[in-house]
Amino acid sequence: RKAEARRNWPRWTDGTLLKSFADPEELQGDEDPSLLSPRERRAAWLSVHRRGGCRMETCFDFSRCERHGFKVFTYPQERGQPVSETYGKILSSLERSRYHTRNPEEACLFILGIDTLDRDHLSGHYVSNVDEKIRGSPLWNGGRNHLIFNLYSGTWPSYGGELGFDTGQAMLAKASFDSSSFRPGFDVSIPLFSREHPQRGGDRGWLRRDSVPPKKKYLLVFKGKRYLTGIGSGTRNALHHIHNGQDIISLTTCKHGKDWEKHKDTRCDKDNVDYERFDYQELLHNSTFCIVPRGRRLGSFRFLEALQAACIPVLLSDGWELPFAEAIDWGKAAVVGSERLLLQIPSAVRCIHPERVLAFQQHTQFLWDAYFSSVDKIVHTTLEIIKDRLSPHRSRSRSLWNTLPGGLLVLPDFSTHLGDFPFYYLQHGYSPSKKFTAFIRAVSQAGSLSQPMLRLIQAVSASQYCAQIVVLWSCEKPPPPSGKWPQSAVPLTIIQGRRGRAADRFFPFEAIQTDAVLSLDEDTSLSTSEVDFAFSVWLSFPERIVGFSTQSHFWDPEQGRWGYTSKWTNELSIVLTAAAFYHRYYHSLFTEYLPAGLRELVDGLAACEDILMNVLVAAVTKLPPIKVTQRKQHKEGAAQPAECGDGAAGTPPPGQRSPSAPHSAPAKGTGTAGSRRFSQRQDCLNQLADWFGYMPLVSSQLRLDPVLFKDQVSVLRKKYPSLEKP
Amino acid sequence: IMCASAKYNTRGPALIPRMKTKHRIYYITLFSIVLLGLIATGMFQFWPHSIESSSDWTVEKRSVHDVPVVKLPADSPIPERGDLSCRMHTCFDVYRCGFNPKNKIKVYIYSLKKYVDEYGTLVSNTISREYNELLTAISDSEFYTDDVNRACLFVPSIDVLNQNALRIKETAQALAQLSRWDRGTNHLLFNMLPGGPPDYNTALDVPRDRALLAGGGFSTWTYRQGYDVSIPVYSPLSGEVDLPERGPGPRRYFILSSQMALHPEYRLELEALQAENGESVLILDKCTNLSDGAPAVRKRCYKNQVFDYPQVLQESTFCVVLRGARLGQAVLSDVLQAGCVPVIIADSYILPFSEVLDWKRASVVIPEEKMPEMYSILQSIPQRQIEEMQRQARWFWEAYFRSMKAIALATLQIINDRIYPYAAISYEEWNDPPAVKWSSVSNPLFLPLIPPQSQGFTAVVLTYDRVESLFRVITEVSKVPSLSKLLVVWNNQNKNPPEDSLWPKIRVPLKVVRTAENKLSNRFFPYDEIETEAVLAIDDDIIMLTSDELQFGYEVWREFPDRLVGYPGRLHLWDHEMNKWKYESEWTNEVSMVLTGAAFYHKYFNYLYTYKMPGDIKNWVDAHMNCEDIAMNFLVANVTGKSVIKVTPRKKFKCPECTAIDGLSLDQTHMVERSECINKFASVFGTMPLKVVEHRADPVLYKDDFPEKLKSFPNIGSL
Repeated sequence: RKAEARRNWPRWTDGTLLKSFADPEELQGDEDPSLLSPRERRAAWLSVHRRGGCRMETCFDFSRCERHGFKVFTYPQERGQPVSETYGKILSSLERSRYHTRNPEEACLFILGIDTLDRDHLSGHYVSNVDEKIRGSPLWNGGRNHLIFNLYSGTWPSYGGELGFDTGQAMLAKASFDSSSFRPGFDVSIPLFSREHPQRGGDRGWLRRDSVPPKKKYLLVFKGKRYLTGIGSGTRNALHHIHNGQDIISLTTCKHGKDWEKHKDTRCDKDNVDYERFDYQELLHNSTFCIVPRGRRLGSFRFLEALQAACIPVLLSDGWELPFAEAIDWGKAAVVGSERLLLQIPSAVRCIHPERVLAFQQHTQFLWDAYFSSVDKIVHTTLEIIKDRLSPHRSRSRSLWNTLPGGLLVLPDFSTHLGDFPFYYLQHGYSPSKKFTAFIRAVSQAGSLSQPMLRLIQAVSASQYCAQIVVLWSCEKPPPPSGKWPQSAVPLTIIQGRRGRAADRFFPFEAIQTDAVLSLDEDTSLSTSEVDFAFSVWLSFPERIVGFSTQSHFWDPEQGRWGYTSKWTNELSIVLTAAAFYHRYYHSLFTEYLPAGLRELVDGLAACEDILMNVLVAAVTKLPPIKVTQRKQHKEGAAQPAECGDGAAGTPPPGQRSPSAPHSAPAKGTGTAGSRRFSQRQDCLNQLADWFGYMPLVSSQLRLDPVLFKDQVSVLRKKYPSLEKP
Repeated sequence: IMCASAKYNTRGPALIPRMKTKHRIYYITLFSIVLLGLIATGMFQFWPHSIESSSDWTVEKRSVHDVPVVKLPADSPIPERGDLSCRMHTCFDVYRCGFNPKNKIKVYIYSLKKYVDEYGTLVSNTISREYNELLTAISDSEFYTDDVNRACLFVPSIDVLNQNALRIKETAQALAQLSRWDRGTNHLLFNMLPGGPPDYNTALDVPRDRALLAGGGFSTWTYRQGYDVSIPVYSPLSGEVDLPERGPGPRRYFILSSQMALHPEYRLELEALQAENGESVLILDKCTNLSDGAPAVRKRCYKNQVFDYPQVLQESTFCVVLRGARLGQAVLSDVLQAGCVPVIIADSYILPFSEVLDWKRASVVIPEEKMPEMYSILQSIPQRQIEEMQRQARWFWEAYFRSMKAIALATLQIINDRIYPYAAISYEEWNDPPAVKWSSVSNPLFLPLIPPQSQGFTAVVLTYDRVESLFRVITEVSKVPSLSKLLVVWNNQNKNPPEDSLWPKIRVPLKVVRTAENKLSNRFFPYDEIETEAVLAIDDDIIMLTSDELQFGYEVWREFPDRLVGYPGRLHLWDHEMNKWKYESEWTNEVSMVLTGAAFYHKYFNYLYTYKMPGDIKNWVDAHMNCEDIAMNFLVANVTGKSVIKVTPRKKFKCPECTAIDGLSLDQTHMVERSECINKFASVFGTMPLKVVEHRADPVLYKDDFPEKLKSFPNIGSL
């Protein structure tokens, strides 16, 4: 009996003599020439796995995406066939995407104009005869390269996955996906979201502070329906068991459906009373964990609600393929429980370390904001996941999807190496390269080089950190011959730009080889020490814009719109790109990530491009830009170089620093170029806030100065004495 | 409830027990009972009769040939075929695993038997070397249990690693007669070579009903995601050949193919690639005319050149891993071992441990159709990324491929993570190589949040007996608009704090905490009384900071809530003569620390200081009564990777060092001690986490020629 009780795996006396599980030849050469050739095998697969077991390699035509890249076509909506509000939002998100095309010839992915969101035939939104309609379309092609969105499938009583029409070889982007019907790497699981879900922008998460300890009033809460019968009732019927009336509140009501009283049991009356005593929103705000059980279907609205509220979801929905699980690591933001082990949940969540709780809470907020807070984000995440499958070697790694700022803002076409982005230095122990590229935009008319520009080139090239100078020459007249340019210690490259294309200054030119870009206007005036100091600051904040002249935005309640000021203020939220350091990745993000329409807007409104750059970087980082010490005004205000052409937009000194006349909105009716410019900038700001769906700019109250700046100590001790000269 | 986690104390160190008498009696009784129990157990333990004969406890010494023989009648039951719809919640019995504080599943191994059919013919080889290694590893691991009734997972000792080596029907019958088989529920089978001619199934053909399969060649159609585990095909060469890790960087060849039995169609494509790109591509094949004795599996040939295998793999940046009849190939393991980046060409193949490993960081997957584009695809990968992939490949091999033990434990850990998801190993732990884990930081306050101003901050004043100065500090600090509470940590056990009526009357709550011992670390305790995120640590003699300066400091902290934001800055320097770190408090152009005599920081760092300070630093600080601030600077910099923020210009501070600078008394020993602290902490942390910067934060309009009354913080920098 004792030998029975203590039996480890034996150490065999002849253990070393055992044979290997396979001969070396068997392992190194298992090819069987009698088999189908690879080509034949792939052809055979296609026929076998076209139905049912669709995968990208069998049901998706990659060749459609090769010539024009990843382009998405949405079917035009049929007359007399209105779509639901939610499907309308999805379609408009697709149309807002930078991948959208109106030409089906160049499309890689097709989306139906028929509303397929609600396929419960008892529902009012149910569209009948879908089969007929899609088969009538010449583009349908058996569903190949089609993506079908769906939120509700099946119906009472089983609520299965059926859509009620033949989806052929189309991919499904579906809520409440069951892992057994989910085709991995082919379908996309999306979250269930409500009709009120905002189109763009979206509300912030509710976590405003990292409380320590991260506990809230309640540990674990649930408030919802208790199904008395039918699918999902097993889990919902048990939820009341964990209620303890103190830190665990689990309330169910029997009231739902018309005939609930027929199925009513002895608990119902008391439960219904308790149920009314607590407010759902109050519980959501004040609990550390929220139970997210299955309903009739696997997904529920409360999943996104809990995520937004930073109430860590405790999932009790067995077999649910979690939203975007192909990209998102839910283990960092949710507790994936088992319906069968409900009674263990209280002890399990109690045992989670406070550090882990804090990390969970922050992660819910990151995911909410990165992928879920608007219909745009949900749809664009779906598209990016599919796009990543097309060229696996140019796709986002899992770590990239799961760290700030999230997959949508990181373009694998820029690089697949994390060290090339401004966001991951600390997490991966990289650091940005210690050199910068000075990038000067020249628009002046003169055939020769202006004095300010010559001085600027000299000052900048004297910096020990300057690797190269790139001039973007955006005038009709050709740039002066190379002999006319000043001799400098660093290489100088001239790029011929296009006239009137303001957004070009943020084009990801190949010539820019360093992580840091120092963006300059030709009439900017900077000293070498200013450049050196600002660059040393940028190295500490490589994800932000670090610059000299600043402006700020504010909400104007009278006008009901955003206001903009270049006045001297105690705050700042915009750094002018006439003199600013930032990471070169932002050139790519500006050019590739923003849809063409937005860049056209910038080209149309003078002096809007730098606001857009600031808005974009703030949307990515959620942080303000950084202002550093500035010696004196940066534009030589008096001698404005003439614009090329007839100068529709003048460039008055934006960073005017005349204390006697703080510069602000020019008096009404002056009609000067300055006021036009000012109102255009204000328009620009408002249009951008509208496009983003919120105002991404963040204000700061500080400026970074050298450590000994204006301290009462000998200038000989100071590293940047010249910054203090008036 | 039993939690494995250490709970934070909710009370401060002022833990003078104040227990009610009836509780005391209760606890004394409880304690006595426990003590009696312990004594009884101890006596029982050492009671002579209960001592086991030691031989029963040692591991058995037997030969594999001596194991019992089991005869399988021809009509003994055969399990159902594998159920493709099985998932953990449908086919796995979680109730067997239970809740336990360690969050570890218990794994039982059936004892070894020899199975024969009715005619006495063996069903399979009893056990292979690798399967024996695998079971030994499980048996030696924390997962193992010898109690079949407590087991959550059952591992048969029937060796099914190689389907070629077994008889399918009889093996299935052998499985079905296992004592706890129960349709294969919670049974785990390991298989590396599935299928057989002519169709080469991608999963083990042995009918196995609900059993989980850890398989080495799954395709996306046979792999039950979240149920099965995809494992490597082990390469026994790993055990024979020692390939030392080679530093990352360019190698002699760009692309290498070393597989011997490639389908002619693939070989043609590879040769076309070679023809196009010349010598940077090397396509090896079997050697045809090797001299006798040389093992063919350890040589590869190109024309007349002979190469040693697997050593030649180290000569290439990328190594092709093409599917054969099976999807899983042992060469993948050799390639990873060589630190060569695998280029995997096997459509629909589920990569080993893909549930947890991020293969994009270690390999390139190319669809079979795109083989002709391989060269250009690989060339588009940035060099720095290639180097990381080389390191990553080698790390995957070391951690998850190198031995049967590594494979077995990774498999069990994956299943364990499914059953206890709230205790699962994180992505970073699975994927980051040790060098990255070491050099990277994971900031605990990673979400970019600017805390609401309305929250305010809690000022924590550590004091001993300078009551007059303390009261002045309280009065000054109470003028700061965002102060929400003032906490005085009374560190003097010999003297009572002044009576309530004597304290200054201020507009915010003032609390006094008494400590049990006069320790510097009391300053950094996460008192429950601190209800704000922001803490202002301030000495009881810092009276020179203006309200504007403090308010501005708080505003700066809001913009950098994960940093130390303080007033006097300090610097560490490398002393080349002494070859060690030196502390510097002179007028320097750089800072790397701020003194916590006046600094804002997040309350979270109090938790870290109190509970997570590495090594003996905390005790060391308390014993030396010095350097608690340097320790805090190290801690925060180490966990966030970020520099401190020094705010506002330099002022005259009244503190030991500051007087030194004023030239009143040059306290040399103090400076020496501070330098020692830096060297001590750097050695405990194993690195120098402090970051040196050249900037400080001032209000936007500081010293600008602008009306003072319009500035938010006019009173900054007055001496």
